[in-house]
Amino acid sequence: MNETARHIVIVGAGHAGGVAAATLRQTGFAGAITLIGSEPYPPHERPPLSKELLAGAIPVEKTYLRPLAFYADNRIVFHPGETAVAIDRTAQRVTLKNGDALSYDTLLLTMGARARRLSLPGADHPRVLYLRDIADSLALREHLKPGVRAAVIGAGFIGLEAAAAARKRGAAVTVLEVQREPLQRVCPPEIGCFMADLHRRNGVELRTGVRITAIAGADDALALYTADGGTVAADIVLAGIGAQPNVELAQAAGLAVDNGILTDEFGRTSDPHIFAAGDVTRHFNPLLGRKIRLEAWQNAQNQAIAVAKVMAGGNQPYAEVPWFWTDQYDVNLQIAGAPERWGELVWRGGVDNKAFTLFAMEGGIPVAAITMNNGRDMRAARELIARRRAIDPARLADTQVKLQDLAKESAGG
Amino acid sequence: MADENWVTVAKRSAISPGDVLGVTLGEREFALYDLDGELYATDNLCTHAFALLSQGWLDGEVIECPLHGGRFEVKTGKVLCPPVTEDLKTYKVRLVGDDVQIQLD
Ligand SMILES: Cc1cc2nc3c(=O)[nH]c(=O)nc-3n(C[C@H](O)[C@H](O)[C@H](O)COP(=O)(O)OP(=O)(O)OC[C@H]3O[C@@H](n4cnc5c(N)ncnc54)[C@H](O)[C@@H]3O)c2cc1C
Ligand code: FES
Repeated sequence: MNETARHIVIVGAGHAGGVAAATLRQTGFAGAITLIGSEPYPPHERPPLSKELLAGAIPVEKTYLRPLAFYADNRIVFHPGETAVAIDRTAQRVTLKNGDALSYDTLLLTMGARARRLSLPGADHPRVLYLRDIADSLALREHLKPGVRAAVIGAGFIGLEAAAAARKRGAAVTVLEVQREPLQRVCPPEIGCFMADLHRRNGVELRTGVRITAIAGADDALALYTADGGTVAADIVLAGIGAQPNVELAQAAGLAVDNGILTDEFGRTSDPHIFAAGDVTRHFNPLLGRKIRLEAWQNAQNQAIAVAKVMAGGNQPYAEVPWFWTDQYDVNLQIAGAPERWGELVWRGGVDNKAFTLFAMEGGIPVAAITMNNGRDMRAARELIARRRAIDPARLADTQVKLQDLAKESAGG
Repeated sequence: MADENWVTVAKRSAISPGDVLGVTLGEREFALYDLDGELYATDNLCTHAFALLSQGWLDGEVIECPLHGGRFEVKTGKVLCPPVTEDLKTYKVRLVGDDVQIQLD
């Protein structure tokens, strides 16, 4: 087909969709690009939504990947506030909510994920909120002021970041977590304890091992009932209990879906005309040797770049060590790798320090790393993990030995 | 004009090749770099969020932000990768005896 006659349609104008559209143009794709997004905003990054935007430190525009004019200037037809409701794979056509239909030669699905909803009696109360998009962040922010009692259900990243932002705005914050430590699914317990201390020192009432069973809403206050018979009073509730991928459109179209749209390392779905990238995918990662679904800035950014290049004719897979960061108060925590468990640990600096790095080892090979206020180690840590080579744990633990030097040795040897 | 606004920010001996040093001047923070014996200066605050580049990783002639991995060319302040989008301000540097001076605008 004549390249300039080709039409790429992108469904989902969040982080991955926006990055993919821009990358297609930067790579020289000359055909038509249409970008469809449910939200009224141009493509943007989400990390500030639970941090700077929620705390009120930045305007909404600061989250945009590019100014709105960029899309028209680069012949990207952008439809904000428009939702795709069906894909006809035989006709290669996407139907929008407003009834329009768009024909595509290639389709990219970047529909992201949505906040998992509480399924509890009373959870449908209008002051039980979630945090995924700009509208959520602005709505929550309205409530966060001095004197307001905010209850956060779930001490995962979103819950903890929101708790930190709520403290910054002067709200009284209680965090309720069903597990024994925060972040139990993604970090070793030492890190969970470190973060628990951090929040307590900043005035958060953090309660772990607490299961909420129901929410009762009166006019001006909410009561959260706990499994052990207690109640927690709050003016506002934020539930941060995870996210689920927006796969329904793909599923209804008959694409292979299993906790995410299944793709290979090139972003190809089970239909050769359809690609996917970002939170919505469970993609094959060649470095890990398995399929994985990620919810992280790096994956939204770099998988989208890689997949867009493949769509434009390239042949490089997306193969990176997963990487995630969170910022809470004055703490920056970063995680590389996606270990199924944090087994044997090697520490560089102790958990008592304000700044340290640690590695998870499997058979003498570093498979994951955490930096606490120590981001200068992160690039080298990711390199070491990507090499998949055994390394002397004594040297890895020795803060006199630069991690960057170890990474160079590992690359050479 | 060209010779105005030079301020001393550090001793030459405080920084050695391959190092980055954070210095404070009133409310402002600068980063000094020693690239193979040659000195350079930039703002110390990353243009993305709140991070001190002097706590980052100096990789040859590139400074990497410790918070989210944004990278800048030390000599020009040019952005090299997301999430940073805004270039970093650079300053002229000179040596007066053992004093490192930078030129403010
Ligand atoms: C509050 C918050 C804080 C975060 N903080 C961090 C952090 O500190 N560090 C980090 O590494 N990661 C962080 N993340 C994760 C990161 O932001 C996400 O991984 C990233 O946004 C995923 O990008 P995406 O494009 O796949 O999905 P999204 O950005 O969610 O974009 C998907 C878009 O598709 C739209 N859409 C869905 N269905 C349709 C449809 N049928 N038609 C049209 N449009 C549709 C949605 O409305 C949405 O706009 C955070 C996420 C959140 C929510
Ligand atoms: S603060 Fe420097 S990259 Fe984010």
